[in-house]
Amino acid sequence: MKLEQVNQVPQRDGYGQGLLELCKTRQDVVVLDADVSASTRTNWVHDQYPDHFYNLGISEQDLVGTAAGLALGGQVPFVSTYGVFLSGRAFDQIRTTVCYNDLHVIFGGAHAGISVGPDGATHQALEDMALARVLPRMTVVAPCDSEETRKAVLAAADWPGPVYLRFGREAVPVITDAATPFTLGKARLVREGADCALFACGALVYEGLLAAEELAARGISLQVTDLHTIKPLDKDAVIEAARRCGAVVTAEEHQLAGGLFGAVSEVLARTCPMPVEAVAVQDTFGESGPPAALMAKYGLDHAAIVQAVLACLARKG
Amino acid sequence: MPYDLPALCRQVRRDILTMTHAAGSGHPGGSLSAVEILVTLYFDQMRLDPARPEDPDRDRFLLSKGHAAPALYSVLARRGYFDPALLPTLRQLGSPLQGHPHREKLPGLDCSSGSLGQGLSIANGLALAARRTGRRYRTYCLLGDGEVQEGQIWEAAMTAAHFALDNVCAIVDDNGVQLDGPTRDIMGVEPLGAKFSAFGWAVLEVDGHSLSALQDAFRTAGATRGRPTVLLAHTVKGKGVSFMEGQAGWHGKAPNDAELAAALAELEKGGSHEA
Repeated sequence: MKLEQVNQVPQRDGYGQGLLELCKTRQDVVVLDADVSASTRTNWVHDQYPDHFYNLGISEQDLVGTAAGLALGGQVPFVSTYGVFLSGRAFDQIRTTVCYNDLHVIFGGAHAGISVGPDGATHQALEDMALARVLPRMTVVAPCDSEETRKAVLAAADWPGPVYLRFGREAVPVITDAATPFTLGKARLVREGADCALFACGALVYEGLLAAEELAARGISLQVTDLHTIKPLDKDAVIEAARRCGAVVTAEEHQLAGGLFGAVSEVLARTCPMPVEAVAVQDTFGESGPPAALMAKYGLDHAAIVQAVLACLARKG
Repeated sequence: MPYDLPALCRQVRRDILTMTHAAGSGHPGGSLSAVEILVTLYFDQMRLDPARPEDPDRDRFLLSKGHAAPALYSVLARRGYFDPALLPTLRQLGSPLQGHPHREKLPGLDCSSGSLGQGLSIANGLALAARRTGRRYRTYCLLGDGEVQEGQIWEAAMTAAHFALDNVCAIVDDNGVQLDGPTRDIMGVEPLGAKFSAFGWAVLEVDGHSLSALQDAFRTAGATRGRPTVLLAHTVKGKGVSFMEGQAGWHGKAPNDAELAAALAELEKGGSHEA
């Protein structure tokens, strides 16, 4: 794969495609949206499988509660809206009605990350993984591209309990294909390396591969792992890669606190403490701007990963 | 064989008082106001079989005002879902009778609840599921009059009307008192009937302590087509115990030994409230 030449597709297209595949074969799958169906691509379901689609209007709390009722009635609901409103506005509904009842509701958190761009900070979900991850029973998934998002949708339909699935708005490189293995809860090794282990999720997996090439030119070998499932974390894979390399960097389009960096650090702190550096949003809100420029300004690109790896290796000694 | 509903109401009131007394905490006021509503539903109106609590065709009940758990626990036990001997374990460590209902711990509970304002949305989802699967069950949801201050209730009220969910029946236990005081003083919710009506609901005003009036209203709701129905059940907080009636102070306080004795004696004397 030539990294500069990969096709670019929005992850949300993979979400919509996965939903279409499910609705084609499963009568029990229902898709709910809160008046952003063109953005989340659930309008594809509305157009092709109208019997599977409910638009609840601009009411995230009712959206989640209605989905919970559908789940109690034996349906498999996919709740779709912007991740920032879903995880924030409806947090108590997700916590007490869905998770406490252990209901199989899948949350499609769209427009995740700062790459939402011009809409600005109000619409950029940067805390959603942390909010979802602290909830008992919740599974948290952040796929790396549109194809992996599609697979995650299919997998989530058969996964027990609540699932929070986040994905971005912008077209991002497609680095997996139909044959690439995907298993919820299992890390996917993308590139082998020996000096430092990178655990990335979302679009930062691709940035990690770019960083690995840059570092290789400088004689540094970076292992890249697509850690798409943040919870339950594939602890064995994390520990094995960390021990092998002796230095760890995490990369996510999310706040520093509570997301992938937190999940990996929690495991390493209790098993094999070592230098860990993070590429993440540094406890600040985003702003309006072109997506790529925002990713660069907030330190969420391959250049930031290279710097983090160098810093980590300096600590490794 | 028809149940002796007035006797059951007396039994449930005794249970509520003894349970909260044993627990040393809990919500007797809003439990006592809901007794006739719950007894009418579980012993007269709802299609259910305590031997098959997961029957997919059963009618559903959502206690959106989850703090009335003592009333629901008593009704479920007396209906045969579990041994009434469990009732005194309310709120104790390890008890299936959590302070607010936890579905996974007790048979007969259709949903966990306790965080206010959420039950009506769940009722709507269950009603949509019934429609999708061709099942004919009805979904009942008990709200408090203070609870309708939650905005989500009105989101759900829109949803039920928008999807014409005539298999949903909400009941407002309109006892006029919330934790901090009379509802009209804390945050007025009236005119409730006009509000629900404006949201597209069929509205029935009913004496929430009259078993016959409740039976009539539930029958009317069941025959209503094309829109959801809400029963505005006018009730008295702490109903049946004179020193608790209408008192915000008994929203979330358990009776002590002397108060329990006085309350039980009054129930013994007072008999039924059936109109």
